[in-house]
Order: sequence, then structure tokens, then C-alpha cells
Amino acid sequence: MRARVLIRPKEGILDPQGQAVEQALPALGFDGVRNVHVGRLVELDVDDLSLVPQMCERLLANPLIEDYEVVEA
Amino acid sequence: MKFGVVRFPGSCDEVDALLACRRFGEAELLWHRDRDLRGVDAVVIPGGFSYGDYLRAGAIARFAPVMGSVVEFARDGGPVLGICNGFQVLCEAGLLPGALLPNRSLRFVCRQVEVVVENRDTPFTRACEQGERLSVPVKHQTGRYFAPGIAPEQVVLRYAPGQNPNGAQDDIAGVCGPEGNVVGLMPHPEHAVDPLTGSADGGRLFESVAMVAVA
Amino acid sequence: MTGSATAPHRELGLTDSEYDGICERLGREPNALELAVFSLMWSEHCAYKHSRKLLRELPTDGPYVLMGPGENAGVVDIGDGLAVAFKVESHNHPSAVEPFQGAATGVGGILRDVFAVGARPIAVLDSLRFGELDSARSRYLFDWAVKGIGHYGNSIGVPTVGGEVYFEGPYEQNCLVNAMCVGVARRARLIRSAAAGVGNEVVLLGARTGRDGIGGASVLASAELSEEDASKRPSVQIGDPFEESKLLECCLELLDRGAVAALQDLGAAGLSSSSSEMASKGGVGIDVDVSRVPLREADMEPFEIMISESQERMLCVAEPRRLPELLEVCDRWEVRATPIGAVTDTGRLRVLDGDEVVGDMPVTALVDECPLYDLEPEPPPGPIYPTPPERLPRGSGATQTLLALLASASIASKRFAFEQYDSIVGSRTARRPQIADAAVLTLAGDGGSGALAVSIDGNGRRAACDPYTGAAEAVLECARNLACVGAEPLGLTNCLNFGNPEKPHIAWQLTRAVAGLRDACLELGVPVVGGNVSLYNEGAEGPIYPTPIVGMVGKLPDPETVPRLGFAEEGHAVALLGPFAPALEGSELEKLRGGLADCLPRVDLQAQADALVRLSGVVREGRLATVHDVSDGGLACALAECCIGGGVGARIELPETSEADLFGEGPGGVVIAGPRAAVEAVQGAVVVGSVGGGALEIAGTLTVPVAELARVYEGAIPAALTR
Repeated sequence: MRARVLIRPKEGILDPQGQAVEQALPALGFDGVRNVHVGRLVELDVDDLSLVPQMCERLLANPLIEDYEVVEA
Repeated sequence: MKFGVVRFPGSCDEVDALLACRRFGEAELLWHRDRDLRGVDAVVIPGGFSYGDYLRAGAIARFAPVMGSVVEFARDGGPVLGICNGFQVLCEAGLLPGALLPNRSLRFVCRQVEVVVENRDTPFTRACEQGERLSVPVKHQTGRYFAPGIAPEQVVLRYAPGQNPNGAQDDIAGVCGPEGNVVGLMPHPEHAVDPLTGSADGGRLFESVAMVAVA
Repeated sequence: MTGSATAPHRELGLTDSEYDGICERLGREPNALELAVFSLMWSEHCAYKHSRKLLRELPTDGPYVLMGPGENAGVVDIGDGLAVAFKVESHNHPSAVEPFQGAATGVGGILRDVFAVGARPIAVLDSLRFGELDSARSRYLFDWAVKGIGHYGNSIGVPTVGGEVYFEGPYEQNCLVNAMCVGVARRARLIRSAAAGVGNEVVLLGARTGRDGIGGASVLASAELSEEDASKRPSVQIGDPFEESKLLECCLELLDRGAVAALQDLGAAGLSSSSSEMASKGGVGIDVDVSRVPLREADMEPFEIMISESQERMLCVAEPRRLPELLEVCDRWEVRATPIGAVTDTGRLRVLDGDEVVGDMPVTALVDECPLYDLEPEPPPGPIYPTPPERLPRGSGATQTLLALLASASIASKRFAFEQYDSIVGSRTARRPQIADAAVLTLAGDGGSGALAVSIDGNGRRAACDPYTGAAEAVLECARNLACVGAEPLGLTNCLNFGNPEKPHIAWQLTRAVAGLRDACLELGVPVVGGNVSLYNEGAEGPIYPTPIVGMVGKLPDPETVPRLGFAEEGHAVALLGPFAPALEGSELEKLRGGLADCLPRVDLQAQADALVRLSGVVREGRLATVHDVSDGGLACALAECCIGGGVGARIELPETSEADLFGEGPGGVVIAGPRAAVEAVQGAVVVGSVGGGALEIAGTLTVPVAELARVYEGAIPAALTR
């Protein structure tokens, strides 16, 4: 199975990358953009999808500062 | 006094740390794949981009074989100093509270700053005075310290007022673990041991632990 | 033989006559792979076909030269059993397309050239040119090129210790990114790239091979950039400094053990150029089996594998009996090592795909027999460049003029850039950026005595006014920066960045510039030990300014007493050294007024050379606290920089205070300061005042608080970028 893990900064943590993108878009003519966050995508082929959250807890994400979401691709 | 300086693939400042340590005792490199700490009295985890900073800075290095031994050494009260990337590794390994986030400016910053010693009750700050200012360089892109609810006594160093280079919470530049023997800091004391290349203030941290070890 | 308008050889940048030459040397028509390989090996970027004859004019001999032009880097002897390797290379076209990766891989490439000769890289410097910062595109290119240089240098742990950045209209469409690297080696570890030993194994080290930069060398670097450049994006090379740091340590260990017989980095034209060049230098042949090359992408064709410019790869030659040891060392460093071929006595580059021969070319045809072209120089019939926009109205007072110059992006503080670079890793940096006129790196940790001084310099606009004098001035400027820290140059590397040499006025610029370079090097006794040429830097809007960039390395005995450019103490005497005959032609002030002269005052090379020897001698006596050469913006700007650097003012009385005296430019002027007795003892020094107070005071002319000078100087570039 192919899993996708979306990792994003935890709500409330300052995200300057997200802010920079949010500021840059209007300058390019895109209005009405709010609440931008920049994170990471990890894609992997796994035999057992149920193990992916543990992989996130232990390595793929840092639970102190990041949230993750596992999606089966 | 024997220092062990860990070397990962991608470490940059391990030789600098080795040279700095050698001014205060003996020092050797500890290869990441080796579990043997060779009877060192203190462990230094240096700066750089271990494993390319891939995934997250320090995220992969914390699982290196040598780190298993470092964690045990720390649990037994051994002095461990994490500098910059080393600080990141120690946070990822759970030996220090908090995490390091990208600098607020999103840019790498290399600059001489002053830090204030807040806690001299660690093996690495015992030779300092409370409130003493040390001139040391920082050079990092991911140094914004974040640790909501950190105990005040675990704050070891703060950037002097107006000199916070990365937006770290409460101007925190360095912290220690609950027992005080594990210290992590973003500035580079190993690059402040010789007035010719900067200042010599960083030497206090190595001098401190050498003093403690001999005692 | 004539082809149709879409003849493959023409699409690859070869002329009909070059194609005929290839057929003649092969004795038949080339197949597709051979055509691709020849098109790259015979491209301007690889073969220097328009510049090679001209470059033969440059002096390359010197008492300390260990390796000269032709090897991966130039190498000079610095005593104590040590040698210094250094070179500068351009990565202009890729940086204009993708500035982050273009600049990053430029740094990666020049690092490899240095450790390919066996030297540990200890410093990087970069010389950059962009359009004016009014332009969003130039802001973008500058911002990302700096990030790219920082990313690569910082990650691999080599300090970026110096450099320069200029902003001029003619670079708007064609930015310049020239990267210089300096390395240190024990003489016994130096290695050449000539493949030797018939039967030896050819081993590919490092990253897997993908489609990076396919066609890059001939397509990008041998043609003017045009509107269609977006389609060239797939050719961009991506760098991985982590991979390179492992490769570097691995190669240095292999060399320490004497386990390799030859080493070459893979740069432009990838495997085809490195294998053929190694074979050519060794007078041998090489067989390469592309089926053994580790690939990053499936289904790569043999020609793609041969010309790929994937980064972080090296080619080495090793005796079969040393192979197990080589593989063990590589494994320990987690560096991929794959035997892919063998050294032969055929004198040919044979490309195999398993058992099938898919290409067979004589090595000399590829490397040595590319047709070389004579330039047809003609002085330009009229001005080539538009006059710069007027930014400073005529009649501005001295204060306003000084502040306008300090605020001019080419002069203003480059802190925005250099604080993004790790300038201290390696513990050698005794003078960091903006502290002295050259970077100073102590050799104590390497078992040497004293320190190295390094600088990189050039001024395209002045060369546009007068290519001969502009080029000579670049050599003098670089040598003077070294002299300001007490070093004499041991060797020079240069990068010649010019427009399309097939145009007579560009050929003229190139010819005159090389003559200026040659004459200055001869007068100074500095050999050219290597360098790079980047041509075709022009677009629809016209060519870049002719931009010869010069990098030098020198040695000085005692880093502890090296002066800084900032004033040090109240009460120090301030004096001027010469010979200095400043003029407004070609100056930054002339530019701000919207002018561009068509000539520069003649330079007395011998007088300048003598002055440099005196200067470095005086500095070495160790009694001066402040030494700063006068360059962009003239004397008033130099004095202002001394005040800003020291955080203290000065009270100055100048014998002459015309605009030319205050803001004129030209070689030879130096500001010195120190204890009165020490300054007055310097032969030829004209005392003009003393350090003190909170302002720069030039009697009868201006008084500006140092805080104001600093605010303008430090704030200019950040302000320009947050527009």
C-alpha cells in the first residue's frame, strides 16, 4: 500500500514560511488567501498501514511541534 | 580529562570542537557507528548538518548507534554538551526539553552575539559567574528555541537584550536537562577559544567541565 | 557536407565545418552518441575555442607554481611542506535560469576541482553581478543566489570568507556567479588527473547519475540566453552538499593512503569530458561501460549517461590490487563506488553498453583537436552600453554625494549576504568579512606557519570604459587587498566573463582585457595558475560589461598583527599612501550622475607594483592598526568605511578637495592609521588627520556623524530588498 503522511506545524506555532507565502501571493495578484502553513510530505510503500502512525511518532514527525495526518494513497 | 566529540556524516564543526577541547584536556572523535564511548569524561555533540538535516535537523542522528551510549552516559549523570546541531539532536533524543524551529527571518545567520549566563549550576557553566556575558558566534538557520512550560532553572544561557538572532522564546540560547548534566546551546563556544579568530569567552564552557571532572 | 536547416549537428551547436572535422577524424559519420559527446567537448564551455589562443598570452610560470592551467586547480607551494590549491569558475547561465541551484552547484563544482587535486577546501569566495535592485528580477536573483551559496557552503562545512557583489544594468539579463575555492594540501598528497596504467580500473564515485544538465554545456553556455529559457529548466543541476561532504572526506582518505592513481571531478559534459580529459593527459585510452553506471532514473540512454551533469561525482583510476581497499574506504564513508571501465592503450574513448560498443572516438580528437578560432577584434564604432540612469543630480553637495555613494548598492555593506554564510567553520578565519580588505586564514592548524590572505576582485563598468586598463586594475586591486593585510600574491586565478566573441567589438574587449591582465601579471610577477572563461553573456538588450574577475592567494607571516579596515583608537594618526591619481572617469559617482566614460587614465604599472611591495612590507612590520585601500566611491568613501568599521570618527584635512579628490577612483590609494610615530615612519605617507570624535570631518567639506554613515551604509541593501 502507498501511504502519504502530511506533516504540518502545530497550530499556534509561529510559521514564518507560511507567513512568507501568505504575503507573497497577493503580490502576484492572488487575493483572498488566508491561513497559509507550509509543511512536508512523506510518501512510502508499506505492507501494514497501521504501523505508519508509530513511524510518525518515532521519526517522521516531531510531535512537540508538528501534527501529522496519514492518508492511504 | 578526556572529551569525546561525536562525528556523524555531515558534521561540520567536529574538528573545531576537538581542537577547542584539546586546549583543556585530551579529546578524540567518536564515530557515529561505534557504541564505545572510550571512557571519556564528557561528550560533545558538535554543530553541522548531520545527515544533511534531512527530515528535521537532528532527527536521524539521534538514532545513530553512538547515541544509545550517549543516552546511557547522560542517564548516569555524565556531562553532555550539544552545540547547535548537537542541541537539535539532544532535543530530538528527548534528553533536553523543547525543539528548534526555523529562524524567524527564515535565513541562515552567522554573527557574533553576547549571551548571559543564567544558570551556573551545570558542569559546563560552573567556571562562569551568574549574569556573566560571553561573546560567542552563532551560525544557524534552525535555531528558534521553542519549549512551552520549560522550568526556569533549566534555562542556562539567554541572548543579551536586543541580540536574539532567531526569535527564540524568551531569548533562550541554551538549556539543560532536569538533572543539569546535559546542556544544549545554539551558539558555538568552540569558535570562541582564541582571540585571533574571535573571542576566547567560549573556552569557559570547556574549562568548567575540565575543572569538574578533575575534582 | 551540408545539412538541412534542422541538421542534428546544428541543433547541438556545431557548425557545418566542425561537423566535417568530426567526420574526418572519425573516418566516418558520428553516431548519435558520438555526436552528442563531440558537441559538448567541442562547445565553447569545454573547448574554449574562441579564447584558448588568446589565453596562451598569459604568464603561467612562477617560482612557487606546482600545478598550472590545465589541471583541476592551480597549486602553489607555501612552504612547510604545504601547498595551496585554488581556482575560480563561473556558473552564470544556470544561475540566470535557477539562481539557488545554479549558485549552489557552482560552489559544489569548484569545491570538487580543489579536492580533485588532493587539497582540503578551506575557503570559498564569490563574485556576483546582477542588474540594479530596482528590478524585481534582480532582487530575486540576488536573494536566491546568496541563499544557494550559503546552502551549499554552510552544509558542507567550508567557510565563505569573502567576495563581492555589484549591481549594474547590463547584468540584468545575464547575471554573473563566479565561485572561487581555496584548499590546503600536504605536497605529498597532491595528485594529477592524468590517467595512467594500462589495465587500471576506472571507478565512478559518489551520487547516482540522472538527467541533470543534459545538454547543459552546449545548449546553455555556448548560446545567448533568449525568451525560450523557461524550456531549459529540465537541464538544471541539483546539488547535494551532504553527498559531497562524504565524497570529499572519502577522496582525501583515498589520497592519504595512496590508493588512487588519478582523480578527476565530473563537471561540464560529465563522464565524457572527465574520461576523455584523463585519457588525454595520460596519453592513453579509456573504455567506459555505461551499463555499470548507477542510475537515478530508469531507461537512460547511453548518450544521456555519458553527458549527464549530475553533481557530486568523481572519477578515479586505481590499480586492480588496490580496488578492495578503495571499496572498503568508500563503504565506510557511505560513498557509492562502482568500477565502470578500464584504462587502455588504444588512445580512444570507447563507450560500451555491456558487450556492445556504442561509441568509439579518438581521445585527441575530442580534447585537443577542437578547431580553435581566431578572434576578429575591432574597436567598437560607438558606445555599446546605454548610459546608466541618473540618480544623483549635478550640484549635490559633498555630504549628499558621500551618502548617495554609501547608499549605492555596489558600495553599501553586503552584510545581508555575508551573514548568510558561515565564515568561521574550520577555525582558521582570523579576519572575517568586512573586517579587513582580504580574508585571512591561519595555517597553524594545518601544520603551517603564518596565514593565507585571499581576495576576489573585478570591476566590469571600469573595464567597459577601457578593457585593457580595467583588467589591469582588477589585478592591482586584488594584489592591493592582499598587501593591505601584509601578503604578497603567490598566484592568480581569473574568470573572464564576456559577451559574444564572434562580434568584433566583444572580441576587442576580450583581447584588450587579456592584454591588460597579462601586462599587470608580468609587472607584478604573479603567474596565472588557472581560470575559466564564460562567453556569450548577452541577450536581446545587449552584452554584459566586460568583466574579468581576478582571485589571488598570498601568504603573510603573522596573523596576530594584521590590521583591520576600521579605525581603532582615538588619537591614532591617519595618513594616505600612493601613488594615487583619482579621476571621475569610470567611477561610481560618474555612474550615479548618469555617465559612462569611454576611457580611463593610463596606469603606471611599474609604479603601482613597487608601491604594493612597499605596502605589504610596511604592514608586516605590524605597527599599523588600520589599513584600507581606496576603491569604489573614492577616498571619502574609504574614510567613511574606516569610521564605520571602527565605530569612531576622524578629523581630516586634505590638501585638495575637488570632486575627483574626494570621490574619484583609480589604483594605488591606501588609508592607514595607527600610533603617530608608526604612521609618520612610513615612507611616502602623507598625514591628513587623526582618529577621534563621533563624526567624519573633512575640513571645509563635510561633517557627518558616524552613526549616520553607518545607518546609510548598513541599511541600503536591506531597504532595497524590502521594496
